[in-house]
Amino acid sequence: MAEATFTLRASKGASASRARRSASKQFLQALPFLAPTIFGFFVFVSGPVVAALAFSFTKWDLLTPPKWVGLGNYQQMASMPLFWKTLGNTFYYTVLYLVPGIILPLLAAIFLNQKAKAISIYRSIFFLPVITSTVAVALVWLWLYNPELGIINYLLSLVGIKGPRWLADPRTAMPSIVIMSVWKGLGYTMVIYLAGLQGIPQELYEAAAIDGAGRFRRHIHVTLPLLTPTIFFVLVTTIMGSLQVFEQTYMLTQGGPAYSTTTLSWYIYVQAFQWLHMGFGCALAYVLFFIILVLTLIQFRIQRMWVFYG
Amino acid sequence: MLSLATARRRTRAKQGPFWLALLGGVFKPVVVHGLLILASLIMALPFIWMVLSSFKTQPEIFIFPPRLLPRVWRWQNYVEVTRAMPFGWFTFNSIKIAFLVVLGTVLSASLAAYAFARMQFPGRETMFLIWIGCMMIPGQVTLIPQFVLFRSFGWLDTHLPLVVPSFFGNAFGTFLLRQFFMTIPMELEDAAVVDGASNFRIYWTIMMPLAMPAIATLAVFTFMGSWNNLLGPVIYLTTYKKMTLPVGLAFFRGQYGTQWPLLMAGATISVLPIVALYVFAQRYFVQGVVMSGLKG
Repeated sequence: MAEATFTLRASKGASASRARRSASKQFLQALPFLAPTIFGFFVFVSGPVVAALAFSFTKWDLLTPPKWVGLGNYQQMASMPLFWKTLGNTFYYTVLYLVPGIILPLLAAIFLNQKAKAISIYRSIFFLPVITSTVAVALVWLWLYNPELGIINYLLSLVGIKGPRWLADPRTAMPSIVIMSVWKGLGYTMVIYLAGLQGIPQELYEAAAIDGAGRFRRHIHVTLPLLTPTIFFVLVTTIMGSLQVFEQTYMLTQGGPAYSTTTLSWYIYVQAFQWLHMGFGCALAYVLFFIILVLTLIQFRIQRMWVFYG
Repeated sequence: MLSLATARRRTRAKQGPFWLALLGGVFKPVVVHGLLILASLIMALPFIWMVLSSFKTQPEIFIFPPRLLPRVWRWQNYVEVTRAMPFGWFTFNSIKIAFLVVLGTVLSASLAAYAFARMQFPGRETMFLIWIGCMMIPGQVTLIPQFVLFRSFGWLDTHLPLVVPSFFGNAFGTFLLRQFFMTIPMELEDAAVVDGASNFRIYWTIMMPLAMPAIATLAVFTFMGSWNNLLGPVIYLTTYKKMTLPVGLAFFRGQYGTQWPLLMAGATISVLPIVALYVFAQRYFVQGVVMSGLKG
């Protein structure tokens, strides 16, 4: 809306002062402002995107000239069990993260959507993990997860549960990474939800209350439908981000134990920067790009079935 | 007002006897705050543990059951950690890089945002959409070609690959500042236009000062991203003295993996500046997240 009105006004202003300027002259005027961005777009974004595709058809170790192998990297990938495991791990992480990563922040936002001094303190605490680096917090979590010395297993032992070996066990390593990621990302998603909640007109709640709806039913029938655009945005970006999970793997497990946490991003890093398989790394990156693209398109397709733009 | 009163009466009628409502009135806030306090404790526990453990002695961490508070507060850990690793350099490098990245991002993004918000030129909307669409490209795709490019410049093991790209545009920043520029009334510039002021003068003397809240948001957000960035420094930096805090900490862990008190001291040092910034500029952090949610 604001955009449309603005364009209208701008063209009016333009007709007053710059009416007879030709298109190229207008462009030359804008060029100094756009030059850094245009340069960056070609050199650091679109150039590399094209180059990565080209590299993905080669074998290249940076030390000797690249060798053209056509679809060789992609064929090699398809025949590697580790690649499929990596792909599976990436989806496993995404699926495990999705439900708590979307619902817990929503609950936190609904609880904290009030204006009170105490509420802002809770909000700040919830947001603290967002601003701190994954490296620093992962160091702490490494210790919390320690099977013998860690405080988590100690607390579990207090209630009579023998805690698992967390990051050291292939079965629990990925869920452990997910738990830390949910903890770290909760505040971010919560703030996005809070912004969405504040956009819901208060009258709707009052109207629902008049109709006799209790607190819970008001949330189901007013909050949820009106929040679906926000939930949709959170869903799209969460999936996008989860498919790219890297820092947690780097700090907590380095892809282990027994490749149980080797995700696509981690594998790209290992292939390209530890083994110098630049071509193979680019091919993997394109697989990731393709998956993200397809999943995002699918989500935009099915959004009209459940997203409510009031 | 009337409707509200009716509503209250009706809900009260539904809730049953008076004493139950009274109990609910006392009980519910207690439950809600109890839950919130518990959740906050869980959220804060890793930080509490980090800070308290950074003052413990090495033998103390093997004590079972673990103790929350250190027996003796060992400030010495903070001296030792800076002796074991060049933490002074890590901090200096992190500050230097973050400062330059913020400068580059704010300058290049605001220039482009001004053009997209206030200037007329053919293809403006298309260019803007393409540029915003670039946010969808996962970093892994451009990572390797960028690495190859910077390697050919001879920029490996320098800070240049981490800093220079920020001077050449930032899609999120362009979006954020353009949205803000568009809310500034045209009238404020009209006088300057009549006086024959150049576009650059309008940008620099009118728009930029008015856009300070949005610029602060972008600056804080960019600072946070640069300060916490791990992947870039990991692949570009190899000399200890050139490392930033995250990558330095990661390396430090590789060497002193079991010296938990020292590791915790290092982690505390690395989060302190960003937490301090958060305390003073909280609303800009939050605003940045809200804006990142708007672009969808």
